[in-house]
Amino acid sequence: MVSIVAKVSKEDLEMVAVLSRLEVPEQDKEKHLRQLDSFLQYVDNLSKVDTDQVEPLAHVLPIHNVFREDEVRPSLDRELALSNAPLKEDGYFKVPKILED
Amino acid sequence: MKYEAVIGLEIHSELKTNTKIFCGCATTFGAEQNTHVCPVCLGLPGVLPVVNRRVVEFAIKAGIALNCTINKFSKFDRKNYYYPDLPKNFQTSQYDLPIAEHGYVDIETEQGKKRIRITRIHMEEDAGKLVHSGTTIKDSAASNVDYNRTGVPLIEIVSEPDMSTPQEARAYMEKIKSILEYIDVSNCRMEEGNLRADLNISLRPAGTKELGTKAEMKNINSFKAVEDALTYEIERQEEILEDGGHIVQETRTWDPNRGVTLSMRTKETAQDYRYMPEPDLVPIITTDEEIEAYRKGLPELPDARQARLEEKFGLSSYDAGIITSSRDMAEYFDAVVAEGADPKLAANWMMGDLSKNLNSEGKEIKDSPVDAKRLGKMIQLIEKGTISSKIGKEVFKTMWESPDDPEKIIKDKGLVQITDTKEIEAIVDSVIAANPKPVADYKSGNKKAIGALVGQIMKQTRGKANPQLVNQLLAQKLDQ
Ligand SMILES: [Zn+2]
Repeated sequence: MVSIVAKVSKEDLEMVAVLSRLEVPEQDKEKHLRQLDSFLQYVDNLSKVDTDQVEPLAHVLPIHNVFREDEVRPSLDRELALSNAPLKEDGYFKVPKILED
Repeated sequence: MKYEAVIGLEIHSELKTNTKIFCGCATTFGAEQNTHVCPVCLGLPGVLPVVNRRVVEFAIKAGIALNCTINKFSKFDRKNYYYPDLPKNFQTSQYDLPIAEHGYVDIETEQGKKRIRITRIHMEEDAGKLVHSGTTIKDSAASNVDYNRTGVPLIEIVSEPDMSTPQEARAYMEKIKSILEYIDVSNCRMEEGNLRADLNISLRPAGTKELGTKAEMKNINSFKAVEDALTYEIERQEEILEDGGHIVQETRTWDPNRGVTLSMRTKETAQDYRYMPEPDLVPIITTDEEIEAYRKGLPELPDARQARLEEKFGLSSYDAGIITSSRDMAEYFDAVVAEGADPKLAANWMMGDLSKNLNSEGKEIKDSPVDAKRLGKMIQLIEKGTISSKIGKEVFKTMWESPDDPEKIIKDKGLVQITDTKEIEAIVDSVIAANPKPVADYKSGNKKAIGALVGQIMKQTRGKANPQLVNQLLAQKLDQ
């Protein structure tokens, strides 16, 4: 099997950081690049396994069709639901500005 | 240069269940903010979602009704993105193994029937509702979030880019709505956001094959807005291309008040949803027998129903199309006919006075003050000649305002047919005397000439003379 891992670029790292809403200080980027790289190299060991005849796995347990009936159950008391929110207002969860101009 | 539009729709439809897709919270619309939430739909750590059986059932029914192949092995995936209306920071959706694929619907266009292919139908959860402090999302310093709608079950119906005009896009969405209503899986109340569409549109030089860069408009929730937003986008993109410019691939919002689309300019540089299988939910396996049972359980769908009305009752394709466009209307028609009314007359009255009155009062047919039973009875009175259709209009108007039966209205208002032989005889005599030409025509063998005399008599009695009696008396006197 061929390795599918190309070397992680600085752009990849920055993209992943943006997607994860993380700020990576410039001086730390080199270190994170090295770590990400070795992590991916390690995971890449899996690509050595011949999986041509193996169906992709959808779930680790051999179970399917677990359903519940469409019956209403009590919801949370609103005060309790909001109790961990850093900001709230009139029974709403309050969040900071969403879009930037 | 002449351009043609390439349009595809992603229609989101909320399913008509009592509870959310993965928890027992109620789905009732209009509840007080954050009163239909629980640890599961709020995405608190350590909770375990369990699929609502009815969601799968409804999604499969929709798949069959939209001519799709049902995937016998289907699973849920996580679609990762950050937005405050999504408490888990991912939406539970379906990626590579959606519940249904490869379907189609046929729509009517000016050029005739056109087939719009459906790529896929997948199940997913709805997001919460944001209430912005400013007038728009952009000038709001903060927003408030209501998670009642989070986890309400949706199906997303993705079309191929098979539409080329705003009218076709509208017709397609109307067809989808009609089918979902027929199979009773969604309320399709567009004003409540039950049914909304994301529109994808790009232009390309007419006759070419390569797709241009597309713009997307999200959450359009009326048929008019679908048409208007697309019409505006076609003009906007045409102008840019004409000037030698390039279309930017982006999401735009439709502002119905100003009649324009505007760029959203989010700070997200590129979307990458990093789909992964949802480990907390197990796969869904559906057997051929189950699919067959669902298929058998479906009601007659709009196309089949339209064909039936055309073949069985001889309705025009136009009339049958309108009557079957909504299930309520089609059922009303069937009920009028079941009452014993002539199908063509039933169609005429529904498309005429009934529709006119409903439209002018903004009412739905299911709230019609004149129910199918009374309309059916009235049409029969016309068929029997008890009243003329002109008097029928008067009776209909009265029925609209009162709960009385047509027979009672006719009696109370003195619209009762004249059955007094003496009274009609007198009129018959005077009409014969006053119309020598048709009388002579009739006597010389042109039996059709009697029609003119009947017309005169009906006119003089303001339609109240019993036509059978009139015909009988006339024939007697003329044949003497
Ligand atoms: Zn819940």
